[in-house]
Amino acid sequence: MKFIEFFRIAVQSLLANKLRSALTMLGMIIGVSAVIILMSVGAGLQNMVTSTFQELGSNLLFIQPANPDAPGLASMSPGYATASLTMANAEAIANLRTVDGAVPVNENFVRIVAGSEDFLAVIHGSNSGYQQLYGFRMEAGQFISEVNVARRDMVIVLGSKVAEKLFDNDDPIGKQVKIRDKRFTVIGVMEPRGVSFFGFSWDDLVVTPITTFQARLFSQKTPSGEDAVQGVTAQIDSDWSLDEARLEIETVLRKYHRISAGDKDDFSVMSPEQLLGTFQTITMALTVFLGLIGSVSLLVGGIGIMNIMLVSVTERTREIGLRKAIGAKRRDILVQFLLEAAMLSLSGGAIGLIGAWLVTQGISRLDLGGFTLSAVVSPLIVIVAVLVSVFIGLASGIYPAVRAARLNPIDALHYG
Amino acid sequence: MVKLEEATKIYRMGKVDILALRGVSLTIEQGEMVAIIGASGSGKSTLMNIIGFLDKLTSGRHIFEGTDVSQFSDNRLAELRNTKIGFVFQDFNLLRRATAVANVELPLVYAGGLRKRQRALEALERVGLAARANHKPTELSGGEQQRVAIARALVNNPSLVLADEPTGNLDSVSSGEIISLFRKLNQDGITVVMVTHEMEIAEQAKRIIRIRDGQIVSDERVGVAAKSV
Repeated sequence: MKFIEFFRIAVQSLLANKLRSALTMLGMIIGVSAVIILMSVGAGLQNMVTSTFQELGSNLLFIQPANPDAPGLASMSPGYATASLTMANAEAIANLRTVDGAVPVNENFVRIVAGSEDFLAVIHGSNSGYQQLYGFRMEAGQFISEVNVARRDMVIVLGSKVAEKLFDNDDPIGKQVKIRDKRFTVIGVMEPRGVSFFGFSWDDLVVTPITTFQARLFSQKTPSGEDAVQGVTAQIDSDWSLDEARLEIETVLRKYHRISAGDKDDFSVMSPEQLLGTFQTITMALTVFLGLIGSVSLLVGGIGIMNIMLVSVTERTREIGLRKAIGAKRRDILVQFLLEAAMLSLSGGAIGLIGAWLVTQGISRLDLGGFTLSAVVSPLIVIVAVLVSVFIGLASGIYPAVRAARLNPIDALHYG
Repeated sequence: MVKLEEATKIYRMGKVDILALRGVSLTIEQGEMVAIIGASGSGKSTLMNIIGFLDKLTSGRHIFEGTDVSQFSDNRLAELRNTKIGFVFQDFNLLRRATAVANVELPLVYAGGLRKRQRALEALERVGLAARANHKPTELSGGEQQRVAIARALVNNPSLVLADEPTGNLDSVSSGEIISLFRKLNQDGITVVMVTHEMEIAEQAKRIIRIRDGQIVSDERVGVAAKSV
């Protein structure tokens, strides 16, 4: 009953100073919307990472060189890890009973030139198993064969977008392209597959025999002088579990690399889940960081509320004195001013929430170079935003409200 | 109804103690109309604040309706102010943004209970301002504003109405109206205590208490009341 009255009083006093209330709310509006927008962009990033890995399939293992002494992700970065994998290693992994197929993959960026057209593409050097393992279908021509790999043929398979850009409507099969001033013959075009990970498009990809990649394009040697393989992707036989396969791969690689018991591996075997976990840690950290930036504006908004509430208490000293004289208790005055602060904050928060939702709708529609980032305002974010606004209102209102409640009615009545 | 025994009030102003009341003993009976008169700084406002439960005694006893309230907590004093006392101030102290009837309702907000608006309208009727119920204070004359304030003082059916210089901000015509209103309320059985420094106003009461330097210097019955005793 009393509470409804206090609610009415709070609304009236906020409406009595419309401009001031609006400006105070603006701080909260900006703060809350900044937090929500940044958080939902972060959440969108996480969703994108998750769906990318789900698309890859859960029966794959990625084997890469790793520096046994470097911590975490750094162990796999090319600067830290010594090239330790070879074609022989890839073959050994492919022949394991727990493994259905395994392909070596070397990767780089290249500029592909055909006549006056050129295209910046991702080039993969691999073997004939790549097509099946990564699930590509051919639109025209054929994929690279064992023979191509054995002979280090200067042949190349184009992603659909590369083919379209370089050759327009012409049939690219049999045509020549130039990479690093070397001529390659196009033997196949893959079907369009769309965008995956952080804007990486499968259709921007070209594939060449790994032996050609090593010998003619980017040569990299292991410490013992063999051609290096950057990574091996293994598909697990469905009769075996991921962990069984991982153990077998680790055992065979340790044997090949002559790693004695007790020493650390010079390679890593990662499942998509693990990679996902790693990326999620990164995007989570990013989300938290963005959230913190937004929180600073929330803090400023809260200070604005406290400031205006202090002004309001001072201005209304006589009113407080009168209310106390006619029977308001300390608690009544406290609740009245807290409620006012909470309402300022909450209505600012609500407007900020709506604003943020509109902005995230806009962001989700932006074309970020072939992919979109769906920034989602989840119910959780909404609940958190509302709770945070109320909390900020109460936290910034408590000091002014206590000051109001403590006023001596006699002094307050004669104030000013 | 109100009984003060050796009431003493000391204020601390910085490092100096100010003796506002020096052992005042006083009894006010139900149905009286009392004027407390004295120069500024005489202690009359302090006396008023004590009687109205806005302030506590430093020493002595304060008995209200047979109960010693000297040691009451702030919350219990707030309840007493709400249910037993009606305040009328020199500068009205109305909420500018609220209508007359909303101003009158204010004590009921803290008292709780039903039919607030109805009771507020009845109180306005009693001071003859029912027609102005939905006007804001700025749309009312000084005399009308003070009548709204009196209605606010009456709305909780108090035992005692306390008025602090109720005519201090009014012209002589309005002053006369306000004093007649107090006399009418007193005839209806409400105990009225008013503080003033104007003798003409004080003479309208049945009893005049003069106070100087925190002590009562005279206490006499006057006018019609004195003659009838």
